[in-house]
Amino acid sequence: MTASSKPQIENLTTGSGKLQADTIARWLFQGAAFLVLAVLVWMTVVMAISAMPAISKFGFNFLIDKTWDPIQEQYGGLTFVFGTIASSFIAMLIAVPVGLGIAIFLTEDFLPENVLTPIAFMVELLAAIPSVVYGLWGIFVMAPFIRAFETWMNTNLGFIKIGDKSIFGTPYGPGLFSAGVLLSIMILPTIASISRDVLKAIPKSLRNASLALGATRWETIFRVMLPAASSGIIGACVLGLGRAIGETMAVTMVIGNTPQIDTSLFAPAYTISALLANEFAEANEPLHIGALFYAGLLLFAVTLIVNVFAEIFVRRVSSGRQ
Amino acid sequence: MTMSKQSDDLTQPLEAGRTFFNTGMTILSGVFTLLGLIPLFLVLFYVLSQGFSSLNADIFTQLPAPSGTLGGGFGNAIQGTMIMVAIAASISVPIGVLTAIFLSEYSRDSGFVQYVRFGVNVLAGVPSIVIGVFAYGVVVTTSGGFSAYAGGFALAILMLPIIIRTTEEALKLIPWELRLGSFALGADRFNTIARVILPAALPGIITGIMLAVSRAAGETAPLIFTALFSQYWLEGLNKPTASLAVLIFNYATTPYADLQHKAWGASLMLLILVLIISIVARIVFRRRS
Amino acid sequence: MSSTTTTSNAYQVRNMNFFYGTRQALDGINIDIPAQSVTAIIGPSGCGKSTFLKSLNRIAEAETKVRIDGQISLFGQNIYDPKVNLTQLRRRVGMVFQRPNPFPMSIYDNVAYGPRVFGTKGNLDALVESSLTKAAIWNEVKDKLRTSAQGLSGGQQQRLCIARSLAVNPDVLLMDEPCSALDPIATLRIEELIENLRTQLTIIIVTHNMQQAGRVSQNTLFFNTDESRIGQLVESGLTKEIFFSPKDKRTEDYITGRFG
Repeated sequence: MTASSKPQIENLTTGSGKLQADTIARWLFQGAAFLVLAVLVWMTVVMAISAMPAISKFGFNFLIDKTWDPIQEQYGGLTFVFGTIASSFIAMLIAVPVGLGIAIFLTEDFLPENVLTPIAFMVELLAAIPSVVYGLWGIFVMAPFIRAFETWMNTNLGFIKIGDKSIFGTPYGPGLFSAGVLLSIMILPTIASISRDVLKAIPKSLRNASLALGATRWETIFRVMLPAASSGIIGACVLGLGRAIGETMAVTMVIGNTPQIDTSLFAPAYTISALLANEFAEANEPLHIGALFYAGLLLFAVTLIVNVFAEIFVRRVSSGRQ
Repeated sequence: MTMSKQSDDLTQPLEAGRTFFNTGMTILSGVFTLLGLIPLFLVLFYVLSQGFSSLNADIFTQLPAPSGTLGGGFGNAIQGTMIMVAIAASISVPIGVLTAIFLSEYSRDSGFVQYVRFGVNVLAGVPSIVIGVFAYGVVVTTSGGFSAYAGGFALAILMLPIIIRTTEEALKLIPWELRLGSFALGADRFNTIARVILPAALPGIITGIMLAVSRAAGETAPLIFTALFSQYWLEGLNKPTASLAVLIFNYATTPYADLQHKAWGASLMLLILVLIISIVARIVFRRRS
Repeated sequence: MSSTTTTSNAYQVRNMNFFYGTRQALDGINIDIPAQSVTAIIGPSGCGKSTFLKSLNRIAEAETKVRIDGQISLFGQNIYDPKVNLTQLRRRVGMVFQRPNPFPMSIYDNVAYGPRVFGTKGNLDALVESSLTKAAIWNEVKDKLRTSAQGLSGGQQQRLCIARSLAVNPDVLLMDEPCSALDPIATLRIEELIENLRTQLTIIIVTHNMQQAGRVSQNTLFFNTDESRIGQLVESGLTKEIFFSPKDKRTEDYITGRFG
């Protein structure tokens, strides 16, 4: 190239040094994003491999066997599966109606907006409180209340039985029911906040159309608003369910940690998450560790499925409303 | 059939059933809202009233007293929590922020973005205990013991989706015109992000990181079998490490009133951290959106 | 003021003032709106014509905080009487909105919505059919009653919304720029429908389209804002007179401006 005095005109098509930095940066961003996905795969692989000794020994019997006996090296997870399902079910039974009620209350104009906004924030704050703090509070404040309630139920409704065992049996305080109630408090903000967002996103015109036809407020809510928001509300509930299934510390602290399947709602029980929290640090035998990994893998798989479901439902809402 | 003309009287009251349903549901939803707020106030009330009385200078500077004796503190748990959260942040902040930039700034030209976003949402839903199991499998079993590293690793994975989501949120609050303005001056994407977008989004990003930190500081499940616990000051990052959260768990389940009191004190510290950061985050994201 | 009952008037509005919070939107409206005919409301945007319409079935107060002075009577009854049952009022006064707003449910369920809310006994199928027929859409949808209403075209959706209103057998139908979101052919079909419905009920239609007002209405109200941007009723009368010999200069300016 010959030196020339006329001003240089940059070639618009050649890559300059700046453009290379741009490319490198892009790879960096994309690489980080890839890493996040890799973590999920890594997680699955590590847990599956570590669970292998137990999977090959017990197979699917793990799911239907009630015995968990580290001394005999016999591991079955049924009691924990039962505790997880039962405590989550109780939590949903309470949190879904209450959470929906809150979501509706916060989207209607019963109170002025500047009162509702702080309330909505306070409901969200419930999600920020650490699980172990709920547990501490559950043991010392809630459980005594629950025991009083259980005693009352036992005296008055104790005659309701499955077979010859009462549904409202001996009041313990810590137990399945306490765990369910505490869980319901913890998943309440998930259900209430997301449902509220979904309800708020429903076009005002649908509401007006219903009112203009002579429907009352609650007829409008039940016949138009809730059906229109159903997909998102289901997503919110499924997300709440996922939280309840995986929640650990608070449950461990109030469920009584007894591996049994009892007909009584008030009896102590055990969940998969509590099992992991209590036994992992002390497990030494490879098969014991393997069985715990198996339980962990199970929990991982279930919450994964639940969350993918929730994701699909919530996504349908955001894509359906343009 | 045609719908019969009702009486012309507009003041004919609403049928009793419909009135009852309408008022009843209004009351019910109000009661539910109250019901939802009661636990918040009860938790705050008990943690404040029980926790404050247990706070003193020893708590921050002393080690736990030998079992059976009163007094002492949990300075080592505060130290351990801070160190493990720092380890976690040093892993999760760079990866998280870079990922969020990818999600927010490259979403227009990459189908890969939606898979990543899906993955982030799934990761956010993984129970913290499962993350602990994973960290146990990756760090504890290969390094031969419980350690601050293992705890930090678990907390890092826990923080990752929170940082990604809040950072992406903060980046999306930056108006698109700002990017166009930078492109129009001839800046490439990297320069636009580094010189315009990131500085503008910084308050939001920092708030997001603080949220993740406060969440990690209160997490117990991923630590109980990765970092375990310790009665002593930190002896090395490869040794079992105390933390506030595990301390609450351990002390709450003992029958000793003195230890239970310390659990309330530790709860108060976590709760104050969480509440302050949540309120700050609320203000930051509120004002900007 | 004593309200005189005149059978030929659907609405009597006396000294009506309308406030959104503290901001006044309408000032001193006095008008009689005849029954069994079509009344068009025209005027520049922001003149309060939609607000006026929304005060006639009291739907305005469902959206935000409002205050209304004066009196509005429907067939001799004050609709702002505290004893008035809003569901009853809105059943007798149907409304069609600017954008078609079918509920996210089937065509059938949309039409059956009102009767179901009011717990009407009897043959719902027949009622749905007759309402859809009156709204001139039966032939287009009779084979797909159970499919979602949101699959219909905009014009069909709007006629469905009209059928939905007719299903509760209202005395009055309020239409808030019902064609503003529709194409010319769909607009024409709605106009024909309005013409056919005129003998059965009272129709009050807000429109920004002068030609439309001229084609479908017998009476016209012209709203405008005064210098403090508060809406007022400038002129009212037979559509023919308003369009061809307006008494007020502002009406004339608006109409000639719009036609020109």
